[in-house]
Amino acid sequence: MVHAILALLVCQLLGEVIVRAAGVPIPGPVLGTLLMLAALAALREVPDELNAVAGVLLSHLSLLFVPAGVGVMLHVARIKAEWLPLLVGLFVSTALTIAVTALVFFWVMRRMGLQETEQQP
Amino acid sequence: MSAPVEAADHLDLLWVYLQQEPLLWLTATLAAYAIGHALHRAAGGSPLVNSVAVAIALLVAVLVVTGTSYATYFDGAQFVHFLLGPATVLLAVPLYRNFNRVRRLLVPMLAALLAGSVTAVVSAVAVAAALGGSRETLLSLAPKSATTPIAMGIAEGIGGLASLTATLVIITGIIGAMIVTPLLNALKVTDWAARGFAVGVASHGIGAARAFQVNQLAGTFAGIAMALNALLTALLVPLLVGWI
Repeated sequence: MVHAILALLVCQLLGEVIVRAAGVPIPGPVLGTLLMLAALAALREVPDELNAVAGVLLSHLSLLFVPAGVGVMLHVARIKAEWLPLLVGLFVSTALTIAVTALVFFWVMRRMGLQETEQQP
Repeated sequence: MSAPVEAADHLDLLWVYLQQEPLLWLTATLAAYAIGHALHRAAGGSPLVNSVAVAIALLVAVLVVTGTSYATYFDGAQFVHFLLGPATVLLAVPLYRNFNRVRRLLVPMLAALLAGSVTAVVSAVAVAAALGGSRETLLSLAPKSATTPIAMGIAEGIGGLASLTATLVIITGIIGAMIVTPLLNALKVTDWAARGFAVGVASHGIGAARAFQVNQLAGTFAGIAMALNALLTALLVPLLVGWI
């Protein structure tokens, strides 16, 4: 377990350091993900320890958003004052984004004659 | 006669202790999420009962009733918040496991990513602007489909309010997790990779969490979409911001 956590933190730290030192406009954790991917590609397998940590953390990914979400209490005044543009903007944009992304994905996949992955029953 | 006063003093000291330690609000965060998760299950896994939304509502109610500031709460909850970074790095694991599938679908993925990412930024800002949103609100809204730490960084860079952005990011995630299933059923998109990818682009990690609940492959593609959209939004928003 220690090695897996160490590897994660090292990738994240390297990501943040490289991004800042080189001034590239890539988010640190995203570069960290690419570094981890490169490490896994070099190992040619996912170590059991890392698999275990991924299982735990990714299955409760939404928990990690709770502390930031509670910050809604700081913005009650603004949300009251601008509830219409905020809520309609968020709702319309989220629905539209899901629809556009899924349809483009599906359409290009079919145009290229690619097989579907798994079908929803 | 002094006993009740002493007891009150005692409780006061206890409260002071609890307010100073991270333990109380860390525990409360996990407890609220556990209640949200239990309610979600009790509702038969309905996407309309969202664990994160329940947890946030409960915690805000408790904080307001006890007169606790967000800063005090966050002192405890920051340990959970911190894990967002390592969790993003962990997305390399499902990405590596499904590398061949991902490579095969690279072209549809990148086309969908570009279309979805532009739609997310432009439609949110355009709709909010048309309904009279202030400039600060629009700037905070622009990166709302990217995952929390990255969206906050983008908002800061363009003159938005990072903490408002964090809130909008979470609301976006919850909306996406609630509507994705009925919406894509109505549009007859049945492919799990396409479905997962769409909710990952629109609703980052909360969308990915919903996707992982329904189907492993959908979750994997949602995770990839979240990472790619974080990257593209970071590049795109500063370019588009001149139009706001």
